[in-house]
Amino acid sequence: MDGDDRVFDDRTPGVEEYEPTATYLSYTAGLGLAVLLTIMSFVVAQTNLLWSPGVPMGLIVLAFAQIGVHLVFFLHLGSGPDHTNNVVALAFGVLIVFLVITGSVWIIANLNANMMDMPVHLQH
Amino acid sequence: MTITAIERAPAALARGRGGGGPAPKRTVVAYGFWIFLLSDFVLFSGLFAAYAVLSANTAGGPTGAELFNLRNVFIETMCLLLSSYTAGLGALSAERRRQDRFLIFAALTFVLGAAFLVIEAREFARMVSEGAGPSRSAFLSSFFTLVGTHGVHVTGGLIFLLYMVAQVVAKGLRGAVLRRLLCFSLFWHALDIVWVGVFTLVYLMGAR
Repeated sequence: MDGDDRVFDDRTPGVEEYEPTATYLSYTAGLGLAVLLTIMSFVVAQTNLLWSPGVPMGLIVLAFAQIGVHLVFFLHLGSGPDHTNNVVALAFGVLIVFLVITGSVWIIANLNANMMDMPVHLQH
Repeated sequence: MTITAIERAPAALARGRGGGGPAPKRTVVAYGFWIFLLSDFVLFSGLFAAYAVLSANTAGGPTGAELFNLRNVFIETMCLLLSSYTAGLGALSAERRRQDRFLIFAALTFVLGAAFLVIEAREFARMVSEGAGPSRSAFLSSFFTLVGTHGVHVTGGLIFLLYMVAQVVAKGLRGAVLRRLLCFSLFWHALDIVWVGVFTLVYLMGAR
């Protein structure tokens, strides 16, 4: 433990209690970064700056970066010991989201690959 | 760590480890709301998964590349992002008991959120009038469900915001009102996070 006067409390999500002077700045920095990442996403999607088969991966990376910016600068999620509960809950949420999305896509892609072509008379 | 350090700061060691008495009400309320928001993300993950699975099944109807107007989507994105920013500044003003500033930022947040909804509603109306409504194909069903659910959340957020402004005006910036305001700003920032997923997966990837 470093200082004598620092209290190790549970941190409230969405609040930056220990840096009262840095808050307007942190929101503005977050806005700047988020706008930058949004513009990058739109530019990457509409031009050929990236090798075109790599564009979806590039967009996913940019989206994760922007979500990270939102979590840190707007929701004030940090890595300190006072944030343990919030981050553990988030990690569980991310796990479920990941399982639902990749699990569905994986399974349905396999089902599609194993599906027989529909006979012509059944197609409308 | 030495014994003396433990004796000097017993509360510091106990807090966050289940001891030392309950956490402040503010922390408990915000943590509970955080759990709710994470469950909302799980709800959206189901809709995202449905869209990802069905987005290629256009049943001979229009595709995303033919329907989406990325200029509008960019304006929508900026509206929502700026409203998240003004909501954050409003929450800060409320924390500092600056009611006048809070009301200005709340008004800005409301206008930007409403602008987002108007653009989205016009986009939906245009698509339906072109015969690209939710019943046209599996792609469009999943599109309207995912984007529409987000739109319903934004609508709910605007109602939440009006309700909070009424409380601040009627009761002032006291403890219980500040806790509810904290929940509102968490909700509003979370909607912006969901929108990042929507514009990336649905619009930017769909328009290619």
